[in-house]
Amino acid sequence: MSERVTVRKTYKLYIGGKFPRSESGRSYLVQSGENSTANVALASRKDARDAVLAARAAGSGWAGATAYNRGQILYRAAEMLEGRREQFVALGIPGDEVDAATDRWVWYAGWSDKLPQVRGGVNPVAGPYFNLSTPEPTGVVAVVAPAAPALLGLVSVIAPAIVSGNTVVVAASPTDPLAAVTLAEVLATADLPAGVVNILTGRLQETVPSLAGHRDVNALDLAGVADAELATSLEVKAAENLKRVLRPVPANYDWYANPGLARMTALLETKTVWHPKGG
Amino acid sequence: MSARSDLTELGRSETALRAFLHGLPGVDQVGAEQRAAQLGTRSIKATAKAWAIDLAIRMVDLTTLEGADTPGKVRALAAKALRPDPADPSCPHVGAVCVYPSMVPYVAEVLRQPAGGAGPADAQAAPAGTGLVHLASVATAFPSGQAPLEIKLADTRAAVAAGADEIDMVINRSAFLTGRYQEVYDEIVAIREACGPAHLKVILETGELSTYDNVRRASWLAMLAGADFIKTSTGKVPAAATPPVTLVMLEAVRDFRAATGRQVGVKPAGGIKTTKDAIKYLVLVNETVGADWLDPDWFRFGASSLLNDLLMQRTKLTTGEYAGPDYFTRD
Repeated sequence: MSERVTVRKTYKLYIGGKFPRSESGRSYLVQSGENSTANVALASRKDARDAVLAARAAGSGWAGATAYNRGQILYRAAEMLEGRREQFVALGIPGDEVDAATDRWVWYAGWSDKLPQVRGGVNPVAGPYFNLSTPEPTGVVAVVAPAAPALLGLVSVIAPAIVSGNTVVVAASPTDPLAAVTLAEVLATADLPAGVVNILTGRLQETVPSLAGHRDVNALDLAGVADAELATSLEVKAAENLKRVLRPVPANYDWYANPGLARMTALLETKTVWHPKGG
Repeated sequence: MSARSDLTELGRSETALRAFLHGLPGVDQVGAEQRAAQLGTRSIKATAKAWAIDLAIRMVDLTTLEGADTPGKVRALAAKALRPDPADPSCPHVGAVCVYPSMVPYVAEVLRQPAGGAGPADAQAAPAGTGLVHLASVATAFPSGQAPLEIKLADTRAAVAAGADEIDMVINRSAFLTGRYQEVYDEIVAIREACGPAHLKVILETGELSTYDNVRRASWLAMLAGADFIKTSTGKVPAAATPPVTLVMLEAVRDFRAATGRQVGVKPAGGIKTTKDAIKYLVLVNETVGADWLDPDWFRFGASSLLNDLLMQRTKLTTGEYAGPDYFTRD
């Protein structure tokens, strides 16, 4: 019997719940594990535009889902991540990091129905009214994922954005995108509605400026932008329509440390309602 | 093709009309669909795209045909027709506003303000390249057309009296499908007369005609009876304008001009939502009937959501950044 030929994998984009090739038809080579390479889609600005459309379309349904439901879906994603541990390890990601990333999902999943209690509440007002504040999602968030740690960094920027009902377009690390594409496969099988998370692989200079300037993107998380000049130019573009901007994360940041609430609360808007008291 | 003199005689007898319409060559369904699909793959970029977008904006019949239309809503729509992008004075106005007859007076208030008035129709305030924004009204018991002729005629006269200068009528599909061509013909002639100076657009409702052969016959029938425009659909049935149907109609107006010397316009309506779709239609027009029809006087889009997408694409080309729907009025 002849020797079996292994099936090589094509790593594609993740847009609107599907895995399309880049609209431009391009791909590029990256290192995969110890001594093999993989072809990864090289996204164009049109892919970025399509991803924003998908994220916007998914927004109302995801934000309108109950906090409990969002938490369950995120928890389900953690289950799937746990199940694919070996696959991530094979990509060269340390087992400890996969565990930490799984724990991070679970931690953020738990916040879905607690965040409104921490960030919202009843305001005392001098009148016959109930005055209530609740946190609402900002909308579509464009995220530049940190290059390292590849998986934990990615989870640490995606989960806090989507747990409150935002939808995201993630520009994966150009040098290490396999963790991102594999995470997309995890999310696609985790009941996460199509378009809530969209992942682009390729050059940051190509996709991120169009996301930063896009009028239908509400916030920009520059976590993984190492180039100070690029970060500044992106902030300038984002200022055009007053996007909320999260600055780049310093290279010496400890992604394993307790992240706190900052990443979640940065992507919220507060809605306050006045309601007349009866009687 | 019959000689010019024969064509004017056709409407006098049902037999001649039927013989002529059934004598039209059949449509090659696969060929028409492939041709339309193939022309849809053309890539239109940069300056050509900018030109196509501006032309498409000028061709839009900004339409609202809802039971829930209110005077306020149609006034807002009319203001948008005059100045689609308030942030950019170089943006052209649309071709027409299309409403129900009862809403015509409110649109006329906005579109027909006397020059020198303080409103948006003021000569100084009007956007660049301004001309007349037409006021179209559907009539003849739109969308089904299932009403007695007198009611249809009264409907038409009322719309014209209220200020409409274009009438969108529906053909009697019931009569057409049962083969009573003379009845359809006479009805269009009667409405044509009731229109007076107003342009007459004849809606074939191609989604209910079943075959391309019927579309071709209905196109000829409408043109023979005096239509200034033939329009695909009401937008009220699921199967609305498609590129192959529009291709068949464009071929009909081309052949009609060759036979009679009279040029008739075409208006696809319903289901055209994106700039990409609109540009596909423009390619179809240019390749089928030529540049003579690339003008708002001869080709229109019946649409409502299309305009916002055109404006967003236009903003992308002028500013370099993708625009968002939050920056344009929702109508």
